Amino acid sequence: MTLASQLPALQVVVPLLTAPIAAAMRPRDLAWLVTCAASLTAFAIAVALTAGALQGPADTSLRYDMGGWPAPFGIALVIDSLSALVLLVITGSSTLALLAGRRAMALDIEPHRQPLFYAAWLTALAGLCGITITGDAFNIFVFMEISSLATYVIIAAGPERRALTSVFKYLITGTVGATFYLIGVGLIYMMTGTLNLEDMELRIAEAPSRGPVLAAAGFITVGLALKAAVFPLHVWLPNAYAYAPHTVTAFIAACSTKVALYVLLRFDFMVLQANLPEHAAQFAGYLLPLALAGILFGSSVALFETHLKRLLGYSSIAQIGYIVLGAAMLDRAGLTAATLHMFNHALAKGTLFLAVIALGLRLGQANLNLSNLWGVGRAMPWTMGAFTVAAASLVGIPGTAGFISKWYLVSAALQQGPWAVVLVGVILISSLLAVAYLWRVLEPAFFADSPATLSEPIAHQSWAPLVILWLAAAANVYFGLAPQLPVELASRAAAILTAGHGAAELLP
Amino acid sequence: MEILGHYHYWVFAVLLMIGFYALVAKQNLFKKMLGLSILQSAVFLLYITMAEREGGTAPIIQPGVADQLYSNPLPQVLILTAIVVGISTMALGLAIVVRIREEYGTIEDDEIRRMDRRP
Amino acid sequence: MTPGLAFWLPLAGSILIAFTGRHPNIRETVTLITAGLLAAMVFSLLPDVLAGGRPEASLGELLPGVPLRFVVEPLGMLYAGIASTLWIVNSIYSIGYMRGNREKHQTRFYVCFAISIAAAIGIAFSGNLLTLFLCYEMLTLSTYPLVAHKGDADTLASARVYLGILLATSIGLFLPAIIWTYVAAGTLDFTQGGILAGEVQGPLLGLLLALYVFGIGKAAVMPVHRWLPAAMVAPTPVSALLHAVAVVKAGVFTVVKVIVYIFGIDHLFSEPSSSWLVYAAAFTIIVASVVALRQTNLKRMLAYSTVGQLSYVVLAAAVLKPLSEVGAAVHIVAHAFGKITLFFAAGAIYTASKKTEIAELAGIGRRMPFTMAAFTIGALSMIGVPPTGGFVSKWYILAGAFQADNYTAIFTIIASTVLNAAYFLPIVYAAWLMPETSPGTKEHGEAPWPAVLALCVTALLTLLFFLFNQPVIDLEMQIVTPILRSNP
Repeated sequence: MTLASQLPALQVVVPLLTAPIAAAMRPRDLAWLVTCAASLTAFAIAVALTAGALQGPADTSLRYDMGGWPAPFGIALVIDSLSALVLLVITGSSTLALLAGRRAMALDIEPHRQPLFYAAWLTALAGLCGITITGDAFNIFVFMEISSLATYVIIAAGPERRALTSVFKYLITGTVGATFYLIGVGLIYMMTGTLNLEDMELRIAEAPSRGPVLAAAGFITVGLALKAAVFPLHVWLPNAYAYAPHTVTAFIAACSTKVALYVLLRFDFMVLQANLPEHAAQFAGYLLPLALAGILFGSSVALFETHLKRLLGYSSIAQIGYIVLGAAMLDRAGLTAATLHMFNHALAKGTLFLAVIALGLRLGQANLNLSNLWGVGRAMPWTMGAFTVAAASLVGIPGTAGFISKWYLVSAALQQGPWAVVLVGVILISSLLAVAYLWRVLEPAFFADSPATLSEPIAHQSWAPLVILWLAAAANVYFGLAPQLPVELASRAAAILTAGHGAAELLP
Repeated sequence: MEILGHYHYWVFAVLLMIGFYALVAKQNLFKKMLGLSILQSAVFLLYITMAEREGGTAPIIQPGVADQLYSNPLPQVLILTAIVVGISTMALGLAIVVRIREEYGTIEDDEIRRMDRRP
Repeated sequence: MTPGLAFWLPLAGSILIAFTGRHPNIRETVTLITAGLLAAMVFSLLPDVLAGGRPEASLGELLPGVPLRFVVEPLGMLYAGIASTLWIVNSIYSIGYMRGNREKHQTRFYVCFAISIAAAIGIAFSGNLLTLFLCYEMLTLSTYPLVAHKGDADTLASARVYLGILLATSIGLFLPAIIWTYVAAGTLDFTQGGILAGEVQGPLLGLLLALYVFGIGKAAVMPVHRWLPAAMVAPTPVSALLHAVAVVKAGVFTVVKVIVYIFGIDHLFSEPSSSWLVYAAAFTIIVASVVALRQTNLKRMLAYSTVGQLSYVVLAAAVLKPLSEVGAAVHIVAHAFGKITLFFAAGAIYTASKKTEIAELAGIGRRMPFTMAAFTIGALSMIGVPPTGGFVSKWYILAGAFQADNYTAIFTIIASTVLNAAYFLPIVYAAWLMPETSPGTKEHGEAPWPAVLALCVTALLTLLFFLFNQPVIDLEMQIVTPILRSNP
C-alpha cells in the first residue's frame, strides 16, 4: 500500500475532496491558493502516471481496482497512454488557467462567491479526470455529469447576463448528450450484462443480437458528439466560450471537448469497432463528411466573426473537426494524428485564451470585439507576442506544435487512397482560412493606431499572468521542435485503440 | 404480439419523444426544463424495466429458498444514481432560469433572444 | 565552427539588438559586429567544403527519420556566403538609409532583419527538406514586419498580399509536396542523385514537381510572382538584401536543391512529364521582362526584372544538364551582386532626392555620379554584358542549354537579353546624357556616405566576379561531378 500505487485514485480524489475545503476557505485568496495547490498536485500525479504509462511495451496499461474489488465486479481505473495524454491536458490547462487568472477571477466574481466558485472548479476538474481514468461505462456517465454540472456553474459566473442564456443552452445540450450516452450504455448492458469497458469488449461479440448494439453505438456516438461539439452539434459552444469568465474559457476550451472526444474514441474503438463489422462504415461514413464540413464551416464562420472569443470558439469547432477526421480514417496513422492533435490543439487554444485573460484585464472583460483590439499589440507587446506564437501553432507554422499534428494528419490522409486529395485539400484550405481569420486579429493589433478605448488599464498589470502565458507559448514551440513526448503517447494510444482487431482490415 | 410484448420500449420511446418535443418546440425555459426531465425519466424507465423479470421478486436472498427468481438489482442501483444526477441537473437548470428571469425579466426564449440582439 | 552556430549567431544578435534598442549607436554596432562575425563563421567553413568535407550539426529529431539537421554542401555554402557577405554591406547601407530618411521603429527593423538572416542561413545549410521548410516559413514571417514597416493602409494591403501569397503557396502546395515525398520515399534528406527515383514516376512526377515549383512561392515563377512587386513597399535596404538576395534566392535555391537532391536530375531528365518546367520558366522570363518594360516606378521595374532573373535560375535548373546546374548556381551569385547594386542605387536616389519614378531620373547622373555609375554596372550585369558577373552565368546557362539541345531555353535567353537591354539602357542613357527635365525640389548631391560606400562595394564585386569566378565554379562543380563521372 505505497502512495505510488494509489496515484490513480488520488488523481480524482485530491481535487474532489479539496473542493469542500476550498468552499470553506476565508479569506478568498486562501481558496485560490488551495485550489491551485490541488490542481498542481493533480498535474504532478498526471505526470507521474504518464511516466508510468510510457514504461514497458506499447500497450502497457496500469489497472487499479477501486476498493479492492476486482474487475469486472468492481470499478477499475485504467491508465494507458491515451488516458495519460488526456490527463496531462486536463490538469495542465486547469493549473495554468488558475495561476494566470487569479486577478481576472477576483474582478469577475463577487468576493463572497469566490470560494464556492473555486469549489465548483475543482469539482469540474475531478469530474474530467474521473471520466478519463475510469474503466467503467456507467462511471463515465456519473463523472460526466459531475464535471458538466460544475462546468455550467463556473461558466454562469461570466460577467455578462448572456452567460446565463449561453449556459442554459449548454445545459440542455449537455444533458441530452449525456442522456443519449446513458441510453446507449443501457442497451449494451442489456445485451452483455457488464459495464466494464474491457469486459464489454469481450462479451459484445457473444451478444444474442446485433441490432440493439448497433442502436447503442448510434446513441453513444451522437451523445458524445453533442458533448464534443462535433459539427453540426456545435451550437452551444461559441456562446458558452464567449460569455464564460476568461479564465474558465482557458480551462474548458483546452480540455472539455477533448474529454468527450476521448470517451468517443475509447468507446467506439476499444469496445465497438472490434466486434461490429458494420461499425466501421457507420462511424466513418457519418463522421468523415461531418468532420470535413465542420472544418470548413468553423473556419469560414470564424472569418466573419467580430468577437474575439467567439472567433476562437468557431476555430475550435474546425479543430475538433481535425480530430474527428483523424479518427474517422480508422487506421493507426489517423488515430495517432487525432490523439496528437488533441494535445497540440489544447496547447495552442489554451495559450490563446490565456492571452485573452491578459487582454481582458487591460481592455475590460466585455470589450473583446475585434475593433477593441486595434493597436493593442503596441500597448501589450508581450501578451500579443505570445498570442502570435500560439496563433502560429494553430495555423501549423513549422516550429510549433500545431505543425507536428498537421504533418501527421496530412500524411495519414495521404494514405486514404482516392479520398486523399479531398482530405488534404480540406485540411490545407482550412489552414489558410485560419491564417486569414487570425490575421484579422493580429494585423490591426500590431499596425493600426490605438483607439480611445485603450486608455487606462482596468487592472494593474502584473507579471504572473505574463510568465504563465509565455510558459504556455514556449511549450507550443518546445513541442514543435521536440515532439517526442506527445508523439510517443499518441502513437501508443493509437496502438491501443487499434490493438488486436486490426481495424484497417475492416476497410474495403 | 411481438410489438405489444415490448410495450415498455414503446413507453420509453414515446416519453423520449415527448421530452424532445418540449425541448425543441417550447419557448418557455421552464417548460424546456420539464421536457428535459421527461426525457431523463424515459431513460430511467428503460433501465428499471430491463431489470424486471416476470414473476421475479426483490433481490433479497432468503435462506433455504433455492432457485429464487429475482429482478436484477444493478440497473436499479445505477438508476438511483442517475436520478440523483437528474435532480441536480434540474435544480441547477431551474436556478439558472430564476437568474435569467432576474436579469431579463422574462423566461420566454424568443423574447430573450430579441433582447440579446439589441445591444 | 559548425553550421549550427552560424544559424544561432544572428538569432543571438537579434536579442542583443532588441535589448540595446534605446541606444542607436550601440544597436547598430551590434548589428555590424554580428554581421562580421557571421561572415567570418560562414567562410571558415569554406576550406572544408572545398576539400570535399560536409560539416554538419544535428539539433534533435523532429519526426521519425527526419531530424533537424544542418549539412553544408556546395550550393548552400554559396548561398550562405552571398547572404552573409552582403549582410555586412547592407547593414552599412541601412544605417545610412534609415537615419537619412528618419524611419520609425528602427529597432524592430534591425531585429527582424537579423532573424531573417538567421532563417536564410538555416535554409542554406539545411540538411533535409523539413529543416528547410521550417526556416523557409521563419523567413516569411520574419520579413513580414519589414515589408509592413511603414504601417499605413497601402503598405498593409501590400504586406497582406506578400504574406498571403507566400503562406498560401507554402502551406497549400509546398507542405503537401514535402509530406508526399516523405510518404513515398520515407526520408527527406538531401541526397546526391535524389531520393525519388523508383518511388514516383510518370505524370505524378510532373504533378509533384509542379507542387514544388509553385509551392516555393519565393522563386516567383508566374503566376505566383505577385508578392514580389508588392514587397517593394518596404524600405529599400529590405528590398535590396531580402527581395533581391536573401528571400528570392532562398526560393530559387530551394528549387535547385529540390531538383538536384530530391528529384535527381537524371531521374527528372528521363521523365517527359517534367519538361513543362522549361516552358513555365521561359514564359515567366519573357512576360516579366515585358511587364518590366512598362513600369514607371523604378523599384517596381527592378522587382519585375528580379522575377525574370529568378526564372533564369529555374530555367537553368530545368534544363537538367550538369553545366546548366552550375550556371544556375553561378547566376544566383551574379544576379545577387548586380541586383543589390541596383536597389542600393534606387534607395540612394530616393534618400537624396525623394525621386521614385523612372521618368524623373533624367540628368541625375551628374548630381550623383557614383550612384549612377554603380547603377550602370548593375544594369550591364543584368543584361549580361562583359565585363560583369551577369555574363559569366549566362555563359554557363547557354552552354548547358546547348548540351541538352534545348532550343526553347536558348531562344528565351537571347530574347530576354534584348528585352533587358530595352528597359535598362534608356534609364542609363537618360541619367547621363539627357538634361534634367523635372528639376528636383531641392538641390542635392549624393546620398549619405554609408549608402554610397555600400553601393560602390557591390558594384565593384559585380565587376570582380567577372574576373575571379573560378572558386565558385570549382565549388559548384562538386555538385555535378558524380553525374559527370557516371555519364560523361
